Parts: sequence; structure tokens; C-alpha cells
Amino acid sequence: MFVDDQMHEYSIVLALMERIEAEAAARGAVAVHRVRLRIGALSGIEPVLLESAFSLVREHTMCESATLDIERVPASWCCPRCDRSIAAGDILQCPDCNEPARLQGGDEILLEQLELEVP
Amino acid sequence: MCETCGCGDPHLVPVEVRDRILSVNDRQAAHNREHFSAHGVLAINLMGSPGSGKTAVLEATARAFAGRYRIAAIAGDLETERDADRLRAAGIPATAITTGSACHLDASMVHDALHGDELQAPHLLFVENVGNLVCPAVYDLGQTFNVVALSVTEGEDKPLKYPVMFRKADVVLLTKIDLLPYLDVRMDELENALARVMPSPVVFAVAARSGAGMDRWFGWLETQVASVAGLDRSQAGHHHHDHHDHHHHQGD
Repeated sequence: MFVDDQMHEYSIVLALMERIEAEAAARGAVAVHRVRLRIGALSGIEPVLLESAFSLVREHTMCESATLDIERVPASWCCPRCDRSIAAGDILQCPDCNEPARLQGGDEILLEQLELEVP
Repeated sequence: MCETCGCGDPHLVPVEVRDRILSVNDRQAAHNREHFSAHGVLAINLMGSPGSGKTAVLEATARAFAGRYRIAAIAGDLETERDADRLRAAGIPATAITTGSACHLDASMVHDALHGDELQAPHLLFVENVGNLVCPAVYDLGQTFNVVALSVTEGEDKPLKYPVMFRKADVVLLTKIDLLPYLDVRMDELENALARVMPSPVVFAVAARSGAGMDRWFGWLETQVASVAGLDRSQAGHHHHDHHDHHHHQGD
């Protein structure tokens, strides 16, 4: 897998690592065993590239042997007035109400949960 | 206690974080947004492919508003200051951010550039992002609006291929429409594709070189400048503003 610092997934992982290290330091953790993320289909983050960047960046860090779990969230749109769901790829306007569709989920770039080893 | 696998290891502690990975950038963007709002600055994050015509649109916009609005620009480029040089030649004070290898601008880069002397309290600040239809969409800069330049030479399917970028767009500028006679691209298909990735598409078809369609873009900018700056500046938007040669503070 091609990985370099020209992908924004690399900067996402750097931001992630800073956040993890702060959480770990606050709890006196010595290692991170699991990192759970939620990544939306419309977030602009490619999970495969994120995994590659993570495997590169985590060397010699607390995350060296951590498992990375990425939950992918599909894009979901609906009408803000009648709640009718509008499929991704369709015209993003309610066919009944003519209201612009609202994104309900799919833009997440979230750190959900960590499993820390605390001696 | 490890609650995931039931191994009974007493040293594994699950921590619910549930926070945006980019929360540091989000905070910096919120700070920039407050700065723009307090100073009545309309800040436009201009994105688009390399060669989509971002700099040409800004050059034409600078010419159109010369003597009426103070315009400033921050230009992000991987290498060189060529875009910033072109903007300065068009009369816009411009700061270059040479990102080296980074494929996008982030909120702290914009914040640092704002503290350059050249960019004090413009009516209109353009942040010309790195030419790229993917990465810049991920980072909030604190802008008032996202504008995406898409040249008609790029084809009808670009919005469907890059839905993240177009979903973030408040306005799409379809550029280089003076080339349409030489292309097979169909404008109705392009607009249909935009409607599948943008819930409320605002689209201006323009040609910076011939000036075609640019009046609608300028009119939109005038409306937005007046809206963020309040009454004083909307009056200045008419042609008969006063001719003091000293520096105005907002609210003068």
C-alpha cells in the first residue's frame, strides 16, 4: 500500500495519535490495546488509507500493538419536513415537499473508544 | 476490567471518548470564524482541482471590485509563490502558504497567515486552497462560505466522483464556459450531477477571461459582504462611497 505524508489520512492519524496520547497520559496508561473509530462515507476519509497511515505512524508509540477497529457509517439523507429518506445518489431534494435533503449520518470522523492498559 | 473479550485482565480500561479526531482543528477554525465575524470579514475558502481557474476568478474579481472593497488573499500551494504573485499583480495583498507536502490548508495555517501585516481587516478575504478535490474538504478553516471552482473541461461526472467536496460547497463556480463550443460536455448533465451531491446547489456558470456570467458571482459577493459587514459597508457597496484617504476602522 502506498503511504506517504501527502494523504490527509496521514494528518488525521497524527491528530488521532495526539488525542490518544493525551487520554493515555491522563489515565497513566502504559499501552493502548484497541482504538475504535467511526468514519462516515461522506467524511472524506478513506478507511484503507487510514489503516495504512496508522500502521506506519504507530511504530515506537503506545499504539504499537493496538488493534484499529473502524466502523464505517453509510451516508443517509432525509427530508427535514416529512422525514422521508432519500437514497445517496438520488437528487437531494424531497420529491414530495421539495425541501433540500438533510444529512443524518455519514460525515463522522470520530474517536469512539480506547482500551488502555493501566498498571 | 476488560469488558470486550472477557479475559479478566484487570489492567485493561475501556475509555469512551466519542470526540471528533479533528477537534483541535475545529477549535482553531471556530477561533478564526470569531475573528472574521468580529471584523466584518467575508472569508471565502476557494477550492477546486489544479487548473480549475481559481486564481483567474480571483484576478477578475479583484479588477471588478478595485477601489470599492479591500480584498486580501491567502494562497496555498505545494511549491512556489506563483499564485500569490499573480494575485499581488492583480492588486490583492496576498500571503503565500507553501505547504511543502501537505495536500490541504488547515485552520492553524490560516490563523498564522492572518497575523501577517498585509491582511488587516479586508472586506473580503479569499483563501485559495491547495488544488485538490479531496483533502481540503475535510478541514474547516473558519470560512464564511466554501466555494468550489469546477471547470467545464473536467467533465460532467466530477461531482459524482468527489461527493465530499461538493457536499461541503455553498457555491459552485462552473468556470471556463467560454470553452463550451469546443467541448462535448453537457451543462444540464453537470447540473444534474451537482443536484445529486448538493442539497441546495448554488451554481454560477462563468468565464473569467471573457467576463461571461461573472456579474452574478459579483452580485452574490456584494450581497454577502453587505450581510457580514452590516449597513455601513452595504452603503459602501454602492459606487458613491466617500473618499477619505485615512484608514477606516469598522463602524466608522
